[in-house]
Amino acid sequence: MANAQPAKVIPITSAREDRARNDDGVPDRLAEALAYLRRRITGEYDVDEFGYDPELTDKVLLELLRPLYRHWFRVETTGLEHVPADTGALVVANHSGTVPVDALMLQVALHDEAGRAVRLLGADLVYQLPFLSHLSRKTGHTLACREDADRLLRKGELVGVFPEGFKGVGKPFSERYKLQRFGRGGFVASAIRAGAPILPCAIVGAEEIYPKLGDVKVLARMLGLPYFPITPLFPWLGPLGLIPLPSKWIIGFGEPIRTDEYDPAEAEDPMVVLNLTDHVRETIQQQLTELRLRRGHAFPPLF
Amino acid sequence: MTHTVLVTGVARHIGARVASVLAADPEIDRVIGVDTVPPPSPAKHGGVPLGRTEFVRVDLRSPDIAEVIAAADIDTVVHVSLVSAPSRSAGSRARMKEHNVIGTMQLLAACQRSALVRRVVVRSTTAVYGSSPRDPAVFTEDAEPPEAPSHGYAKDATEVEGYVRGFARRRPDVTVSTLRFANFMGPGVDSPLTRYFAQPMVPTVLGFDPRLQFVHEDDGVEVLRRMALEDHPGTYNVAGDGVLLLSQCVRRAGLLTMPIPSPAFRMLGDLARGAGLVDFSPEQLRLMRFGRAVDTAALAAELGWRPKFTTAAAFDDFLRSRDLPNGLPAVVFDWASGALARR
Repeated sequence: MANAQPAKVIPITSAREDRARNDDGVPDRLAEALAYLRRRITGEYDVDEFGYDPELTDKVLLELLRPLYRHWFRVETTGLEHVPADTGALVVANHSGTVPVDALMLQVALHDEAGRAVRLLGADLVYQLPFLSHLSRKTGHTLACREDADRLLRKGELVGVFPEGFKGVGKPFSERYKLQRFGRGGFVASAIRAGAPILPCAIVGAEEIYPKLGDVKVLARMLGLPYFPITPLFPWLGPLGLIPLPSKWIIGFGEPIRTDEYDPAEAEDPMVVLNLTDHVRETIQQQLTELRLRRGHAFPPLF
Repeated sequence: MTHTVLVTGVARHIGARVASVLAADPEIDRVIGVDTVPPPSPAKHGGVPLGRTEFVRVDLRSPDIAEVIAAADIDTVVHVSLVSAPSRSAGSRARMKEHNVIGTMQLLAACQRSALVRRVVVRSTTAVYGSSPRDPAVFTEDAEPPEAPSHGYAKDATEVEGYVRGFARRRPDVTVSTLRFANFMGPGVDSPLTRYFAQPMVPTVLGFDPRLQFVHEDDGVEVLRRMALEDHPGTYNVAGDGVLLLSQCVRRAGLLTMPIPSPAFRMLGDLARGAGLVDFSPEQLRLMRFGRAVDTAALAAELGWRPKFTTAAAFDDFLRSRDLPNGLPAVVFDWASGALARR
């Protein structure tokens, strides 16, 4: 403790101060960075009961994704006014791209442009794998199960689901922008139980990042993966083939579909649930078609 | 009305503290403490002073416990004696299982015979929920664990709860409370987990950072006291608010970690257990990968009370009591920020 003198020293507006560095901006940021590092190294930060670490997510993980979001995919957003400011809602989006980069971009869009932390519901495969499991929890996501979905919606969180699951993300390039089956509608039942609105979301652009032309089933089975993709660049170019193609993206949010008119008990009525699931699916398919027309070519500077 | 309370497991820390706090309550006429070994003396071994608790040495696995219950006109039974890990004092895994499961059966059999027993409080553990990648993030009391625990302490506790449910069905006139405690944490707690954090370098599973939840011993004792004095039938989770990630715990404790891939971790765990170094059971290894958190809203609503220590506060209190080397990195950062502020 000998070196740690108390900070109650009269602030010296010393000549050493470099005025050229626009008004203390750099030392301030340095002090902030030091305070951040101190919190991280001493463990004095909070995570919620799901393991979400907002600070790490914002300052480190999303920071790594932002260049990809802004400069590589040049993501554009529409319909942000439909995202509720601080109440619970269920974002339902299409899933595509062979590697679920769309989930990450959706998270950046909602975090940076709508000021909401999206809590995605992921497959249980994610939680069995080392690294992925704890990164997923730390960035706010959790297992797709009824208990977690209900709990998050009750707490007024913005929950996100990709009901197509692996069927969507791993579909061949020829099937692009064609929505697959929407699971068993569990997400709709959760929304009805919580009375939370469903926010249909269309993501255009992710289909072109890794065009999946083939699938080596034997390798997939060996590695315990749902599929082993062949794309124009992977695995031919090795690690270079992992670079996603720079397609132009649009993430659009549609008008919320209200569920508070239903009785929560209707979540147990399969007819209500399946009809609403179909309605959500058609809405997103329509949004996709519109946004795709609006975007035009997938690689605008090239074509 | 008169109260005569029987507390099991008084030779161990939590049991002794419960007996001590009940003995200090003037509302209670007699406190009988039982265990298989005599409690450590407060003077010599730093045991908890038991006050006016009358100690009776009984092997829970034998029918002798029935005689104690009948002879002392017991009306409240607080069953704290649940051994969490095989050790030198508690013996092998087989003895531990006998102690936990057969001991509870004998105790409940004696309670069922007694016409005077009105209240039974049983200590269980959140380990009954198991720990798996398919778990919901937060368990409520009615949750069905996707993978029920298949061995060790967690399986014992699951079986104990089964017998307790059977007893509650056969004696609907008796108030039965089952308390599922998160891992105890605090100055006096000696458990596999507190011993884990007392090592200078802790092994962790590479690529996993589990969520852990602790209950401070003071809060645990308070819940057991309330349950022993009032009627709160049902099953309740007991844990401090919030969670800590394992990485946060080791950073707070200023420990070094040694990340080990999970197959090797299991092997090393078996080796260390064989050598008697640490007693890390397979369920604890699963906890080190997938973690677990429980919902405590039901207990808060039932008692109108919240734990005084959050999970983080309980862990900090444990660290303070152990005087673990903490704060070197913090001092470095404070010095750097101070230097920056002085510029």
